[in-house]
Amino acid sequence: MNMTTVVLLLSGVGIAAFYAGRSRALRLGGGIDAARHLHSLPGYYGYFVAIWATLPAAFVLLGWLLVRERLLIAWVVTGLPESIRELPPGQLDLLLNNVLNLAVLPDAVAADPVIAAATEHYRAAVEISQWSVAVAVGALAMLGTWLALRLVRPGFRARNRVEAVISRFLVAASSIAILTTIGIVLSVLFEALRFFEQVPLHEFLFGTSWSPQTAIRDDQVGSSGSFGIAPLLAGTLLITLISMLIALPIGLMSAVFTAEYSTSRIRGVVKPLLEVLAGIPTVVYGFFAVLSVAPWVRGLGEALGLDVASESALAAGLVMGVMIIPLISSLADDAIRAVPDSLREGATALGATRYETIVGIILPAAMPGIAGGVLLAVSRAIGETMIVVMAAGLAANLTANPLEAVTTVTVQIVTLLVGDQEFESAKTLAAFALGLMLFVITMLLNVLGLTFVRRYRERYE
Amino acid sequence: MSKIERRRRIEARLGGRHRRERWFRLLGITAVGLALSFLVLILANLVGEGASAFTQSKLDLPIRYEVTASPTGGAPDVRYPDVDYDALVLDALAGLLAVEPDRQMRRELRQLVSIDAGFVVRDSLGSAEQAPGARLTVTVPASSNVDMLVKGQLDRSLPAVQRPLSDRQIAWVDTLRDSGVLVRRFNTALFTNGDSREPELAGIRGAVVGSFYMLAVTLLLAFPIGVATAVYLEEFAPRNRWADVVEISINNLAAVPSIVFGLLGLAVFIDWLGFPRSAPLVGGFVLALLTLPVVIISSRAAIRGVPGSIREAALGVGASRMQVVMDHVLPLALPGVLTGTIIGMSRALGETAPLLMIGMVAFIVDVPTGLGDPATALPVQIYLWSDSPERAFAERTSAAILVLLGFLLLMNLLAVLIRRRVENK
Repeated sequence: MNMTTVVLLLSGVGIAAFYAGRSRALRLGGGIDAARHLHSLPGYYGYFVAIWATLPAAFVLLGWLLVRERLLIAWVVTGLPESIRELPPGQLDLLLNNVLNLAVLPDAVAADPVIAAATEHYRAAVEISQWSVAVAVGALAMLGTWLALRLVRPGFRARNRVEAVISRFLVAASSIAILTTIGIVLSVLFEALRFFEQVPLHEFLFGTSWSPQTAIRDDQVGSSGSFGIAPLLAGTLLITLISMLIALPIGLMSAVFTAEYSTSRIRGVVKPLLEVLAGIPTVVYGFFAVLSVAPWVRGLGEALGLDVASESALAAGLVMGVMIIPLISSLADDAIRAVPDSLREGATALGATRYETIVGIILPAAMPGIAGGVLLAVSRAIGETMIVVMAAGLAANLTANPLEAVTTVTVQIVTLLVGDQEFESAKTLAAFALGLMLFVITMLLNVLGLTFVRRYRERYE
Repeated sequence: MSKIERRRRIEARLGGRHRRERWFRLLGITAVGLALSFLVLILANLVGEGASAFTQSKLDLPIRYEVTASPTGGAPDVRYPDVDYDALVLDALAGLLAVEPDRQMRRELRQLVSIDAGFVVRDSLGSAEQAPGARLTVTVPASSNVDMLVKGQLDRSLPAVQRPLSDRQIAWVDTLRDSGVLVRRFNTALFTNGDSREPELAGIRGAVVGSFYMLAVTLLLAFPIGVATAVYLEEFAPRNRWADVVEISINNLAAVPSIVFGLLGLAVFIDWLGFPRSAPLVGGFVLALLTLPVVIISSRAAIRGVPGSIREAALGVGASRMQVVMDHVLPLALPGVLTGTIIGMSRALGETAPLLMIGMVAFIVDVPTGLGDPATALPVQIYLWSDSPERAFAERTSAAILVLLGFLLLMNLLAVLIRRRVENK
C-alpha cells in the first residue's frame, strides 16, 4: 500500500466525515429548521468532524515519513550478522547502499548471500511497515470521526473549535519563516564549527592561499589543502566592483530619467521592460556571458594587445552588472519619487533648471534611499551564483587585474558540494564555512540597506 | 555691481546651464537605451543561436524488409530478435549512394546517422504489419555532425583532419540532401526525449517534468503557508515581539542568497532527515522556502488593500473575525494573492543554484514519474548543456532557454491578466 493511496483514502475519510458531521447536526437540530437550534452553522459541525478525522492521522503519517528511512535502515542493520555490523562505517554504508539499490529493483537477486538476505529483510520490513502504518492511520481516522461525532449536539460550539484550529494553523504558518531563518543559521553554523575544528579560524580568515584538495590517503602527494579565503574574497569583491561600475551609473540614470524626465506613457513602457530584464533567470545570464560576452572581451583585449583570460573577471562582472541594473533602477526610482514635490516646486520657483534641481536637491534628498538600494544590490552581487559559476574561473587567484580569471565564494561552494562528497571531510565542511560567511556578510548588508530605505521612507511620510 | 551688470552675468551663464540640462537629459536617455539594448541583445542572441535547434536533419531511409523468420510476438522491440538493424540502415544508405562499402566505408556511413538509428528501424519494423520483401520508409535522425553541416555551423573550408566529417562524408551528405533523402524537419526529439549524451537525441522532457513536479510541491507548500502567514500578520497578530521577529525574518529571508537555501536543504533535508538526493520533493521544499517571502509580502499588500469598510460591515452583521477574513477579506484579496504567487512561482522556475546543492545536477536520462525519482530541472538542464563541448549542444542550450523564457512569459502574462481583470472591476 503506497503513500499516495493512503493520502487519497485519508482525504476520502475527511470528506465523508464532513458530511457525517453536518448531517448529524442537521438531524439533531431538527431537520430543515435546524439553523435556529444549532449554535453554529451546520457546515462548522462538518468541518469539526473532518478535522478530527484527518488531522491526528495526518500527523502520524507525516511523522512516519520523516523517520521512515532511518528506522528501516536501523532494522536492516540489526538483522545483519555480527561480523558485518562491526565493519567500519564507510564500508557498512556502502553495503547498505547496495541493499537499498537492490531492494527497489523488483527481480534483482544479489550474488552475495549476506546482501541477498539483507535485501529480503529490507523488503519485508518495507512491506510490513507500510501496511501497519496504513492500518494505524485508518484506525486513527475512524477513532477521530467517532469521537468527534459523539460531541456533535445542537448546543456544541463547533465554530469556536474550528476557528481555534485555524488560528493555530495561522500561528504555525507564521513560525515557518522564523524556523527557516533558524534552520539556515544552525545548519550552516554547525557544519562550519566542525570545519573550524579541523582548520583553525585564523588560517581561514587570514590565509592567502585557497586549494581545498585534501589528501584522501596518507601517502598522497601535493594535496595538503589550504583554506585561506583572502583570494575568494578578493575575487568576489573584484567582480562585484566591476558589476557596480556598470549597474550604478546606468541604473541610477535610468531611474532619474523614468522618474523625472519621461512622460507617464514612456514610463509605462520602460519600467515593465526593465522588469523583464530583472525576470531573466541568472542561468540565462551565465550562458550569455559564456557564449557571447567572454569571447567578445577576449577578442577586444587581443585587438588591443592585452592578454585576457577566457574566464576573465571582466566578462562575469559585466554581465552581472547588466543583471543588477533593474534592481538599482527600481529602488532608486522609488527613492526619487518619494521626494516630496514641494522640494521640486521650491527649486523651480528659484529658477533652477531641472538638472540643477535633480543634482542639487532631489538626489541629495533621495541619497539615503539610493544608498540603501546600492547596499542591497551589492549584497545581491556577492550572493549571485550562476553567472560566476558559468563565467568565472575555478582556481583561486589573488589579483586585482580584471583581465585575469578569479574565483568567488559562491563558485567555491558549488564546486565543493557538486559531485561525490564525503560529509566529514574538511573539503565539504569548508563549503558550509563559506556559506556562513556569505550569510553573515549579505545579512549585514541587507539589514543596513533595509534600515536606510525604511528610515528614509519614514522621513517623508 | 549695477543691476544691469548682474543681469548680464546671469544671462551669460544661461546658455551653459541649458546645455548642461540637455546633456543630462541625454545621459538619462542613453542609460535607458543601454539597459534596453542589453535586453534586446540577450534575446536576439538567444533566438539567433537557438532557433536552428527546433529543426533537426533526418533521413528518410528505404529499408528493405527482408525478415524471413516469423515474428515471435510480443512488444515491437523483441519481435525479431535475430535481425541486425544497424546493417539494414547501412544497406539502405549504401543503396541510396550507390556504393559498394568496404569496412572503412561502412564505418564512415555509420557516422552519418544517429547511433539510435538501428533502434528506430527496429521499432518501426516491429510495429509494421507488412509482407517480407516489401520496402518501408523509416525516418531516422542524422548524426549531430551531419546536422551541424546541414545547418551551416560546421566549417567546410577547414582541413579534413580538423573536421569531424571526411571529404567523402561531406560529399555523401550533399548527395543525400540533393536527392531529398536528407531533410530538416521539426525537432520532436527535443520535446519528447530525456537528456542524452548524443545531441541529436537529447531533449528537455525530463527536465520539464522535473520542474513541473518541483513547482507543484512548491505551490502546495508556499501558497497555503504564505497566505496564512500574511493573514496572521495583517489581521490577527498583536503588536508584539513575536510579530516583529516574524516580520524581520521574512524581510531578511527575501534577501538571503539563494545558494544559502541550497545549503539549508542539503544539511537539513538530505543529511539530517535522510531524504533522497536529486528528488523533486526536496527541490520543491527548498524552492518553497525560497519563494515564501515573495508570496507573503505580496499577499500582505493585497490584504492591506481590502477596504476597512468591508471588515466593519461584516463584523456589524455578526460575523466572527475568522469569518470576516475567510468569507470577505480573502476572496477580495485573492487576485493580488494569486498574482504574487505566480510571480513567486516564476522566480522558483528560474532558480538554479540551490538545486545544484541538493544533487539535482546529475545526468538523468529517464523522465521522472514521481516526486522521489531522480530528476533535474529546466534551468539545471540548461546549465548542464552549456557545459557540453559539442557544438550541437550550444544551440540546444539556447533552445531550452527559449522554452524556459516562454514558460516565464506565460506565467507573467497570467499575472498581468489577473491584475487587469481586478483593475477593471
